[in-house]
Amino acid sequence: MIEIKNLAKNFPGRDVLRDLSCRIEDGDTFSVIGPSGTGKSTFIKCIMRLLKPDAGRILVDGEDIASLDDEFEIARIRRNFGYLFQEGALFDSLTVFENVSFGLRYLTDIPREEYPRIVAEKLSLVGLEKVEHLKPAELSVGMKKRVALARAVAAGPKCILYDEPTTGLDPVTTEMVTDLIVSARDRLKVTSILVTHDVNLALRISSQVAMLDKGVFAAVEPPDRFIKSESPAIKEFLEISNAGHNGCGGHGRPGHAGHTGPGGRH
Amino acid sequence: MKHPVSSRVGGQVLGIAGELGAAALMLKSAVFWFFKSRLEVRETMKQSVKIGVDSLGVTALTSFFTGMVLALQTGHTSKNLFNEPLYIGTLVAFSMVKELGPVLTSIVVAGRAGAVVTAEIGTMRVTEQIDALYTLGTHPARYLLVPRYIAFLITLPLLVVLADFIGTIGGFIIATTRLQVPSTVYWDDIFTFMDIADFMHGFLKTFAFAFMIATVSCHKGMTTKGGAEGVGKSTTEAVVTSMVLVMVIDYFISAVLVALGI
Repeated sequence: MIEIKNLAKNFPGRDVLRDLSCRIEDGDTFSVIGPSGTGKSTFIKCIMRLLKPDAGRILVDGEDIASLDDEFEIARIRRNFGYLFQEGALFDSLTVFENVSFGLRYLTDIPREEYPRIVAEKLSLVGLEKVEHLKPAELSVGMKKRVALARAVAAGPKCILYDEPTTGLDPVTTEMVTDLIVSARDRLKVTSILVTHDVNLALRISSQVAMLDKGVFAAVEPPDRFIKSESPAIKEFLEISNAGHNGCGGHGRPGHAGHTGPGGRH
Repeated sequence: MKHPVSSRVGGQVLGIAGELGAAALMLKSAVFWFFKSRLEVRETMKQSVKIGVDSLGVTALTSFFTGMVLALQTGHTSKNLFNEPLYIGTLVAFSMVKELGPVLTSIVVAGRAGAVVTAEIGTMRVTEQIDALYTLGTHPARYLLVPRYIAFLITLPLLVVLADFIGTIGGFIIATTRLQVPSTVYWDDIFTFMDIADFMHGFLKTFAFAFMIATVSCHKGMTTKGGAEGVGKSTTEAVVTSMVLVMVIDYFISAVLVALGI
């Protein structure tokens, strides 16, 4: 379980996160939505401890990781998480095999002989085969996302953090990435935390949706209650996103991804 | 009211101090991970090839022509002054070993390999690959910096030895073919007047150059901001800074070595 209490993070001249609190149960799919530049990525980077919060607590299974300073301790905590970067962040100089097996080497004690089997298994999870020898430059955008997801789950994390997983993708690839997130959640039984400005994605697959506005959560609600929120910030955002009437049937439960197409008002 | 000139100078001084502080922190981190973790042998080998082996051609070419032009110029000057080319081997070898070999090779490596290192790390920075290293259980200092420091510190001195040798050969070819200096005289001039301390004078300097080029290029890469344009800017800054610092450091180390009798 991940519990966040009064999280704050400032950058020079700007309070990005002011007072965030939420509770994410094991197996939940928790989405943070909001316009660009509201601190969604900062939030997720604080959880991964790529950034050190200025105040507040981040409790991972009861252990506060916000105050850790020791690099080895932080690395130990990071083993619980897989991270899917917005652009994939695959290592250009390494092959797909080396990318996917990278975390196995540093995060686990699995013998090297096991790597080919695990890499093939994780690539198959994301629908890829026989691409181990390719370099990232030889992959399409969608394939890069898939390899990045395979890399994020390779070491068996308990929680996967998704940073804008569908930003900049065409509708077909967006659909494919959405299915992958649901599939990873269901098959690996992991907790998922997404930050996105794709309201449809959040409403379709989340068990809880939070709206980040001016450094605080305007609401943290299940999707069906979220879309009925009276918060002006949420209403405005939903209106702009043209998603107020989109379905939210998934509720972040295994086996459900909802059936609402992106952007559609039906 | 702020004086525009003093505030600009003050800003620049603060900027330089900030850069030095950040570079020192990066260095501290590299030293920490060098002692605290297992060496990334494969990555170190890869970087040694990129920095050293890939610079072989341009280093050889530069030093060969430098040796040739040294022999040509000194030979003709010597002919004008003394009616015969005197001490060509001595002059070429001394110049190559004590100054031109280390300095020119360092400048070539700073321009070629230093740029590659900054561009590579800078690209990794702006595409979140550095953050990805953290998420996958390793530290960028361990995976990126330590191998590059080691690669520079091993390959640059070796390149300099090669440059010294090739430059001397270049001088030999001109001395014997164009200036009609007997080959035994050329080599005798070298071995009579030169000893190991002369070689060490240049050789020791290369470790300082290697260390400086590694620090500048890694630091500029790690602090890259602003996408492709930022990578280009960092790379240019790294190359210019390294080249200028090679000259500055060269003077001060030479002064110290001369004072020590090396």
